[in-house]
Amino acid sequence: MAGSIMIRANKKGELTTVKALIKHPMETGLRKDKKSGKKIPAHFIQEVSCKHAGKEVMSAQWGASVSKNPYFTFRFRGADKGDRVTLTWVDNQGGSESKETEVA
Amino acid sequence: MTMNIKRRTLLKGSFAGATMAIAAGAGLLKPSRVLAVWPEKVFKAENVEGFLQDIYGNTSLQASEDIQIQVPEIAENGAVVPVTVTTGIANVQSIGLAVVNNTNPLAAVFHMSDNADGYVSTRLKMAGTSDVLATVKVGNETFFARKEVKVTIGGCGG
Repeated sequence: MAGSIMIRANKKGELTTVKALIKHPMETGLRKDKKSGKKIPAHFIQEVSCKHAGKEVMSAQWGASVSKNPYFTFRFRGADKGDRVTLTWVDNQGGSESKETEVA
Repeated sequence: MTMNIKRRTLLKGSFAGATMAIAAGAGLLKPSRVLAVWPEKVFKAENVEGFLQDIYGNTSLQASEDIQIQVPEIAENGAVVPVTVTTGIANVQSIGLAVVNNTNPLAAVFHMSDNADGYVSTRLKMAGTSDVLATVKVGNETFFARKEVKVTIGGCGG
């Protein structure tokens, strides 16, 4: 799942806003395939973590109720322009990806 | 003799491992600290009480005016409902989001570090018209706010 993450970090005043969009099916495991009638196995992101300067600023645990191709935003203090922010996700089937961006 | 020594070391080693497992099992290590363990029970809970008890223990929830939930009043598509939670409460430790009427209500828990703001925005799935519940944890206290979203899939909204 290369290239699944789009991330941006923008500093305005004291606050840095991080916006991220992850390409992921987020299957709940409750949906049925219309043709075969079989349940589609659950496949969703469980852990998301965001680090700034090696320190975790936000970590999240998700269930299957987060929409397909999840998008989220949060804000934090203490970053400077040019700092690096890393986002990592892990799903229930062991897939994961990381991406780094610069605070603009 | 050498074999016996090895056996001792092995026993000691496995005993230490077992103690850790017990500590984790007894909830001494909270899920927020042991991030590698995704709390399946909490996310599989089928009602709000089920997960609130597990995440927040016995602390009773207090309604708060200082938590704003921004959601559409009517959502045409329940698969993508934008939800934004803003709170003025200081030192927020975590923000939880749940869709009360979903099969598994708990959607997400965002753990905030000391320098993160009391703000989070994301998109949730909603099986039907339901309240969106936001919980904010500060120290030993938990605050909440809720707001209804009407989902009108198929154009026959109520």
